[in-house]
Amino acid sequence: MTDLTSLTLAEARDGLAGKQFTALELTDAFLAAIEQANPSLNAYVAVTADQARAMARISGNTLAKGKGRALEGIPLGIKDLFATKGVHTQACSQVLDGFKPTYESTVTQNLWDAGAVMLGKLNMDEFAMGSSNETSYYGPVVNPWRASGKNADLVPGGSSGGSATAVAASLCLGATATDTGGSIRQPAALTGTVGIKPTYGRCSRWGVVAFASSLDQAGPIAKTVRDAAILLKAMASHDPKDTTSADLPVPDYEAALGKGIKGLKVGVPKEYRIDGMPAEIEKLWQQGIDWLKAAGATIHEVSLPHTKLALPAYYIVAPAEASSNLARYDGMRYGLRVPGKDLIETYEKSRAQGFGKEVKRRIIIGTYVLSAGYYDAYYLQAQKVRTLIKRDFDEAYQKVDVLLTPATPNAAFPLRSMSNDPIQMYLNDIFTVTVNMAGLPGIAVPAGLAPDGLPLGLQLIGKAFDEETLFRAAEVIEQAAGRFPVSNRWWTGAAPGKSRKTS
Amino acid sequence: MQEVDEATVRRIARLARLEITDADAGSLKSELNAILKWVEQLSAVDTKGVEAMTRVVSMRMKQRDDVVTDGEMAADIVKNAPMAEDNFFVVPKVVE
Repeated sequence: MTDLTSLTLAEARDGLAGKQFTALELTDAFLAAIEQANPSLNAYVAVTADQARAMARISGNTLAKGKGRALEGIPLGIKDLFATKGVHTQACSQVLDGFKPTYESTVTQNLWDAGAVMLGKLNMDEFAMGSSNETSYYGPVVNPWRASGKNADLVPGGSSGGSATAVAASLCLGATATDTGGSIRQPAALTGTVGIKPTYGRCSRWGVVAFASSLDQAGPIAKTVRDAAILLKAMASHDPKDTTSADLPVPDYEAALGKGIKGLKVGVPKEYRIDGMPAEIEKLWQQGIDWLKAAGATIHEVSLPHTKLALPAYYIVAPAEASSNLARYDGMRYGLRVPGKDLIETYEKSRAQGFGKEVKRRIIIGTYVLSAGYYDAYYLQAQKVRTLIKRDFDEAYQKVDVLLTPATPNAAFPLRSMSNDPIQMYLNDIFTVTVNMAGLPGIAVPAGLAPDGLPLGLQLIGKAFDEETLFRAAEVIEQAAGRFPVSNRWWTGAAPGKSRKTS
Repeated sequence: MQEVDEATVRRIARLARLEITDADAGSLKSELNAILKWVEQLSAVDTKGVEAMTRVVSMRMKQRDDVVTDGEMAADIVKNAPMAEDNFFVVPKVVE
């Protein structure tokens, strides 16, 4: 039998329906792959093997009766930010030590209702704050990719680094992720996977640990554009428990595929041509333009004049909302409690020990910009700048249907190479953060390899609630570029001349 | 914009209920100043007459009927508490 873990989600779905293998065989193949890879890659922080097998058995029975649902028997990984009933949910923070929710997030419930199987919880930057997955309480995730001829460990990007690594290394058929400033698209780009951040409001935020509520949005990371379309359809819903969730029908995204892009108007924003952009990114972008043109799209230069303000505005809005959201972790009702001499000292000690360095840095920034006398100068001004950023997009969409940009300014970088320079790290989100500020949908799709053999991605940005166009255009790029499976599976010890990492 | 000093960092940390060491205060001070210097470019933007963004697409905030939709789950609520007794949270003494 072929290695079941190497299938795409769509192929596995067809294989299950065609009774080529059982749901339990599929789940067992992934559990074995996780056991072998996790000591090297650290993608999972909790593996729910018994629960996975129990879910797979139920799916097996359903499939045997010919009554399979959309994701029947499909094994998925879940980012640790999603509340999963009775299962490890800590946003990869010590402050939520031992927390096991008594409820299920709407997004994960939607997946289980569609028949999916939970393999476990995925590593991430603590509270989704990071672009390299190095701020996790559970240690960094390692990118399955290595530069040609090198064996230095690389970051998978973040904050959904565990999700991206698990998909790229075939440790699940797809993963849930979240994106506040680029946390789905940047790790997808750095691991050769597909990641979509849908329009704000498309997926319910209920039961997703809050970071910055006006920016947070859930979406999938998957092996292919089709797989991402299948997953988003299942994850998205209108949810009365989230007042910001959109009361709109969820289209059948898979049905949007294969329709081509003849006549599609693609905008290329000139402000994304930043100083010092590496030649390989420039080349990739031009390649993407050529592919879309060859498929019948027309290309138009557009201007988004407020682009350069998006990242600084984000670093006001996100920490401000985070400092408010994270006020709830006080050691009283759940999570870590470190006793002090009185109540205040107990709060201060619990939070000092429970939060990591980057989270504390952002709480301090957020508390400062919201403190007396500074609200108008910082938060209010940043929210007004958001309106200007949104207007730029609105104007561009008078002329074009979709925008094409690079996904990241660079390929995956070595572990610990950027962690001491917060602003340098923040710049990793330079192409993705504008999309969150405007609330729009964006997809990262792998499009090529850098000269050192590492994957690079392109980003497509759509109109609000027009994810279908993103899937259609991303599929064109995917077909032109081909897929980018990890060629050197060094962590299996199988690659000739490669030794397994022992640390 | 005025530089943030260590005393301000301590005051902010107190407001945020974060215990910080002297070394933390020093490094947070320089990081906070670096970030504030970087975001200063926002103050130069003319936002006169621009509304603050509150919504991505115009949507009316929904209201549901003011009725009880769940409850009777005290045991669930205290389930993850560091200390609980008879479905109450046990916390350090608050009132002298």
